[in-house]
Amino acid sequence: MPNKVHISATINGEETEFLCEPRQSLLEVLRETLGLMGAKEGCNNGNCGACNVILDGVLVNSCLVLGVEIQGKSVTTIEGIASPHGLHALQQKFIEHAALQCGFCTPGFIVASKALLDNNPDPSEQEVRTWLAGNLCRCTGYDRIVKAVLDAADS
Amino acid sequence: MQSFDYIAPKNVDEVVSLLASQNGNARVLSGGTDLIVQLREGRRTAGFVVDVKNITDLKQIINDENGLRIGAAVSCHAICADPIVQTRYPGLVDGIHLIGGVQIQSRASVGGNLCNASPAADSIPALIVHNAICHITGQGGERTLPVEEFCIAPGKNALQAGELLKFISVPAPQKNFGASYLRFIPRNEMDIAVVGAGSSVILDDDKKHFVSARIALGAVAPTPLLASDAGAFLSGKAITLANIKEAARMAQAIAKPITDLRGTAEHRKHLVAVLVERTLVKAIERAGGKYAE
Repeated sequence: MPNKVHISATINGEETEFLCEPRQSLLEVLRETLGLMGAKEGCNNGNCGACNVILDGVLVNSCLVLGVEIQGKSVTTIEGIASPHGLHALQQKFIEHAALQCGFCTPGFIVASKALLDNNPDPSEQEVRTWLAGNLCRCTGYDRIVKAVLDAADS
Repeated sequence: MQSFDYIAPKNVDEVVSLLASQNGNARVLSGGTDLIVQLREGRRTAGFVVDVKNITDLKQIINDENGLRIGAAVSCHAICADPIVQTRYPGLVDGIHLIGGVQIQSRASVGGNLCNASPAADSIPALIVHNAICHITGQGGERTLPVEEFCIAPGKNALQAGELLKFISVPAPQKNFGASYLRFIPRNEMDIAVVGAGSSVILDDDKKHFVSARIALGAVAPTPLLASDAGAFLSGKAITLANIKEAARMAQAIAKPITDLRGTAEHRKHLVAVLVERTLVKAIERAGGKYAE
């Protein structure tokens, strides 16, 4: 059994240290070691986007990143999106537009949408749909999600 | 997931000696979008995972008068966002930007898409029609291999134990060159090609005749295919729809597709002709020409 590796990284703005086995995904580390349960395990193979996090400014599937790969890097999860003063505009607009039903995919969609708006503050509907192609939702039919993201961009 | 050791070397020599010492037990990790899934599902095994993302040489895109050099660990996003690549090699971007959604694009590398050797890999027909070359290094020295010879079976490439793909080189486009890649999928994004086809052409200065052409196919055989006869047929021929259709028919003849959950063999055969015709027309347009009816 390979030894656990000591990793230092910035998680949602806080310096964080943890031990992990090389075989553990970042998703496993977040949920099982750090107790951050927002990122979800859907497909565990890069198709559904439920585990999305932002790694050094780049949107990734945390199921396809090894925990050991984030040494010295910065990770934003759904838990780091809201400010202490209130919800992020995306979160507020997802509520207003009822852009969720079961909610399992929602953290992934909000993190992905945050990465989109960070890169492109005024996306077209087509740009939103293309950007969110790597996120699956089986409840909403996507329309309300797309409207929520466009509305958040406007606000 | 199975246990393994992880190491992230700083240079290529270190990787090469590690791969040699592990005698086939080490796997190279770049974006991990294939490897991590395969290790998790037990489709590949590894005692050692060697992360090559921190090696500057393997992360470089070099554009000069000789052409384009893509380090093996360069992400799909980095290539597609490069303004020189967009302008000079739009046919490459056609294939590479189709690999996964945003999350996959930012992690997956073109070198990895090639090494994974999927018959349906979108980058490979596009690389083949650009005459791309694999540059391989190992303890025995360096060697090169045309991309069309790199995949030898589904999931299996021509690298020997201890060898590493260092970079892919693409020659500078000649005068009157154009290329294009298209795939068929039943949805708009995030799917695996039912069929993929790439074409490139060089036209004469009058834009009346083909000087040469290359056609490559994906997802219709155990490996991506170069349709040599179909390409050779067009050399010296007039740029007419009849000749384009004949080349598409010849490409169709070498396709040996299977029926699986993505499509039937019959449908795939049909798609080969459609996609080859469309990519030839697009390649001709990008070369500054137009076919005669």
